[in-house]
Amino acid sequence: MSPVDEIKIDRLEQIGREIRGMLVEMSHRTGGAHLGSALSCVDMLVALYWQKMAIDPQMPDDPLRDRFILSKGHAATALYATLAKRGFIPMDLLETYARHGSCLAEHPGPRCAPGVEAATGSLGHGLSLGLGIALAGRIQEQSYNVYVLMSDGECNEGSVWEAAMFAPARRLSNLVALIDFNKWQATGRSREIMAIDPLREKWEAFGWSAYEVDGHDLGALIKIFKSLPDGSGKPTVIIAHTVKGRGISFMEDDNNWHYRIPTAEEVQKAKKELRLL
Amino acid sequence: MRNAFAQELTRLAKEDRRIVLLSGDIGNRLFDDYKDNCPDRFYNCGVAEANMTSMASGMAMCGLRPVTYTITSFNTLRCLEQIKIDIAYHHLPVIIVGVGSGLSYAELGATHHSCEDIAYLRALPNMQIIAPVDPREVRLALRAALQQDHPVYLRLGKKGEPAIHDQEPPFRIGKGIVLREGKDVCLLGTGTIMPVVLDAATELEKRGISSQVVDFHTIKPLDEPLLAQISAQVRLVVTVEEHNLAGGFGSAVAEWFCKGPSKRARLLCKGVPDQFFCMAGNQDYAREYFGLTPEGIADDIEKKMNEFQ
Repeated sequence: MSPVDEIKIDRLEQIGREIRGMLVEMSHRTGGAHLGSALSCVDMLVALYWQKMAIDPQMPDDPLRDRFILSKGHAATALYATLAKRGFIPMDLLETYARHGSCLAEHPGPRCAPGVEAATGSLGHGLSLGLGIALAGRIQEQSYNVYVLMSDGECNEGSVWEAAMFAPARRLSNLVALIDFNKWQATGRSREIMAIDPLREKWEAFGWSAYEVDGHDLGALIKIFKSLPDGSGKPTVIIAHTVKGRGISFMEDDNNWHYRIPTAEEVQKAKKELRLL
Repeated sequence: MRNAFAQELTRLAKEDRRIVLLSGDIGNRLFDDYKDNCPDRFYNCGVAEANMTSMASGMAMCGLRPVTYTITSFNTLRCLEQIKIDIAYHHLPVIIVGVGSGLSYAELGATHHSCEDIAYLRALPNMQIIAPVDPREVRLALRAALQQDHPVYLRLGKKGEPAIHDQEPPFRIGKGIVLREGKDVCLLGTGTIMPVVLDAATELEKRGISSQVVDFHTIKPLDEPLLAQISAQVRLVVTVEEHNLAGGFGSAVAEWFCKGPSKRARLLCKGVPDQFFCMAGNQDYAREYFGLTPEGIADDIEKKMNEFQ
């Protein structure tokens, strides 16, 4: 990696820490759950929104924009904070998150804020939505790409595998699925509840170009993104190995933080660890 | 009805490049002409209705006008949550077409019957529900649905339904069409049961009861002004549908009656009772089994009218 690249990665990591700090504060302020799930996908969002996607915060409805769908809608805070940090929505709007009457609910509503492409929250919808958007691009001869972020628990849903079987049949190379493989779902280890392994081989067997990556290694994520489309004509799935609660030592890989809300003291502790204080 | 649908959709899709047809692996040969004319806007989505429905939503988000097509039960109940969230919640102009509604496929068994679809789709905000009464009305309903920006559920029969309209009727979504004038009773019919409703009116005439008949092709939004007018004129309003009595067209009219605007008329609902049709038998047999015949309907109406004496 060149020194310039290192500076760039440092800068992106700083953005990631700041977003994590915002998530902890949002959860504490209004008691919104799913903090651990939001923390595990932050680095993927940073890599997408700062390095990969063709987007313009001033033109959130540009028909030619790349699309991002947060299929794991319970990580809504991660999307809201990313959109605020990237300039799609004002920072002070985040203050209203989960408050009565706010447009920012605990799961995103339809076009609830600029940059939010779809309402999600019930798992197993986003990949098919993304597929429809990708097909629309082909029909309308527009060259945008579609990114769909799912959770590992979400892969329990049958509809995910309907979409997984359909996209390769249409050779949709403008569709990229990302799986936030943090090894937990709501009440237990994802590989114990359902036979999720071997995840990469499953997707490959369904006809996808599959990549495995450390989902917190921004350099590795960006490298994969740069290699896309890979010329195979297949849709892409990126299986990102992540840690639930990533970035805050006392939350990492502790599934209690699927529902737990941090106390004021824990917020301070977390922000210190994130070097934000 | 399905042939009229396929022909009309093909005609419209040639003109309107926003139209995309998504089929759930049925309609073999039915869409050959469509596919010849619009090969890039036809997708056989396989036996995967949930994916098909959400994909349609994704397409509509990008300005297309997707139409999903498969057997009613599979295109409604099987993918109900996708309809609720991805189509209705997002308020997107997707047209959901169910073929073989009600007891059209009686002989195939209850897996292929659809006598609950109106009930659950009616409960979804933003959703419009149209059950055309004949092939001509299928064409009009499809055209009207494509001209507006709401999700629409089009409830079709299968093939060979008789013509009710001998010429093009004035068709507007949410507006009933008077088919026959009468003064004692008003029969409101929706969808493929309409020929039976008209025959019931003829039967009632023989028994000295004069019946108005209204084509209520749109179940949601309900034509409330017309209901107000009718209920002020007759003593009995009768709904007839090939759908369960729980939650269907009759329930929608009953909900309107419960709001209290009817000054005069009482209501009688005819439909499928709270049971599955579990035996072999075709649509006519199943209708007869449930009393959905001209005589069965006339008998119930006569009985009800006698209660008033």
